[in-house]
Amino acid sequence: MLRQIEGSKAIAETVALCRPEVVCAYPISPQTHIIEAVGAMVKAGTLAPCEFINVESEFAAMSVAIGASATGARAYTATASQGLLFMMEAVYNAAGLGLPIVMTLANRAIGAPINIWNDHSDAMAVRDSGWIQLFAETNQEASDLHVQAFRLAEELSVPVMVCVDGFILTHAVEGVDLLDQSFVDSFLPPYEPRQMLDTKAPVSIGAMVGPEAFEEVRYLAHLRQLDALERIPEIAREFFESTGRESGGLVRPYRTEDAETVVVAMGSVLGTIKDAVDARRDLGERVGVLGVTSFRPFPSDAVRDALAHARQVVVIEKAFSIGAGGVLSTDIAIAIHHEQTLLRTVVAGLGGRAITQRSLEKVLDHASRDELAALTFLDLDQGAVDRERARMHATRRSGPSAENLLRDRSAVSPRAHA
Amino acid sequence: MFQVRIHGRGGQGVVTAAEILSVAAFDEGRHAQAFPSFGSERTGAPVVSFCRFDDRVIRTREPVMEPDAVIIQDVTLIHQVDLFSGLSPDGYVLINTSNSFSDLGFGDFFDQYHTERLMTCPATDIALEHLGRPLPNAALLGGFAALTGEIAWDSIDKAVREHFAGPVGERNAAAVRAAFDYVASKVKEVARASTN
Repeated sequence: MLRQIEGSKAIAETVALCRPEVVCAYPISPQTHIIEAVGAMVKAGTLAPCEFINVESEFAAMSVAIGASATGARAYTATASQGLLFMMEAVYNAAGLGLPIVMTLANRAIGAPINIWNDHSDAMAVRDSGWIQLFAETNQEASDLHVQAFRLAEELSVPVMVCVDGFILTHAVEGVDLLDQSFVDSFLPPYEPRQMLDTKAPVSIGAMVGPEAFEEVRYLAHLRQLDALERIPEIAREFFESTGRESGGLVRPYRTEDAETVVVAMGSVLGTIKDAVDARRDLGERVGVLGVTSFRPFPSDAVRDALAHARQVVVIEKAFSIGAGGVLSTDIAIAIHHEQTLLRTVVAGLGGRAITQRSLEKVLDHASRDELAALTFLDLDQGAVDRERARMHATRRSGPSAENLLRDRSAVSPRAHA
Repeated sequence: MFQVRIHGRGGQGVVTAAEILSVAAFDEGRHAQAFPSFGSERTGAPVVSFCRFDDRVIRTREPVMEPDAVIIQDVTLIHQVDLFSGLSPDGYVLINTSNSFSDLGFGDFFDQYHTERLMTCPATDIALEHLGRPLPNAALLGGFAALTGEIAWDSIDKAVREHFAGPVGERNAAAVRAAFDYVASKVKEVARASTN
């Protein structure tokens, strides 16, 4: 049923339709509304049978999810930012053990400096953990992806993280066509564990593995992710055939057929980018967009095909590897591996800085004249940076840069950039 | 696309107002999007929320920087926050105050704007009368409907009743109606004055 609903609420209701048996979470902005809504449904008895376990930290949340999943229960949790970092060890364990937990990551920046706003730094921090990572463009897709995520996770025995832009999606109220229970029940069969703690057929899970087999265990995990490259588009196609909605899949091209320049991005910023691309198309520029939905596994072949005719590729990323550059860009570079394509990285939207159509059009304008540098930072206040560098040069005890920059911009609140 | 920016203070239902407005637009069969200016909001701190609606699918995720209408829930924000940033000369302004617009000390700031699109509404007084609490958000949406004609009054009424269940919904709906009537009569007054 189509409803005007907050993203978090739509996600929570969809998660409930997936009939999780154990939900354990620790609240952290901007994930809180999701977990509150799931908790309320458990308490009201509308999500049953389901055990909602209050835990004392994110580390405990993921640990409980691991325990629950190992006993054969369908387990769900959600977190963001520092919460994800706090559960980091358990995040790797969930993947290493091959437990099909589904987790919503309400993407948020990582401190310091303290910042509660959106970017993709948290997702990037667990890029190599072995979780499948799917990025949602809209709240419709964020909701739909959860059903696909449980299906994919349980088929392959791999945990799946649904990455949803914090605040921008989680706190946005917009139209979402919520699935009905009978469809979800038919799309998502009951969980049949590949491994479980069962007193009738006892096994141990989590053995210490030495050099004699560790590489093979890891390689098997890699193969399961490669299997996911096959299954993600198949599951999305099956979902499309039933619902008519193009949620999920590996990549999503938009006006790329004859595009000389293709912008690549992940998540909710794709909407604003599409508006910018349409505006440039109206001016006669041949530009397109490639949305990457599946970040892990990374769909190199699909990316290469989609970018085969592009002369220039502009990757817009809400995170970067400090001291190196783009993260998504690195994967794109490996995927396209031909030197004649110009690859440009634009780091944007860090710590919640709004990515505006106007700024995006400026990027496309520069790109059209081959004036875009290899690595740029969208709407960077170079003057403020230069002044802080000068202060650092002038005195040894120049003080904390974050505080200096706030004073420099006389910003009482970072909301000035929201 | 019609874009609205709502300014107020934490605790006044600024975020709720944007949400209710989006539901009203949705109920009229339009695409609508509402979202807060994401911050660690505290009671009394300046808060901004946004709502945009359109007959086409809304893809943009940028904040509303060039609003077609600005609703000010708290008059003490004037001269403290850049309330009218990006507002076009064809834009609408609705301010919650029992003063008249010309008494607010804007000087010549609004000279290029349409007088009949600049209104005040004593929404807190109306809320106190109907709800017994100084929550002006729902009432201002009634005023918004009267001022802009972009959303029907009964769509706001329905959305308010959906949001606030039972007697609270009734009381808010009464405040919506009262503010709608107040602003509608003022709009008529200005129109009469300009034709005379």
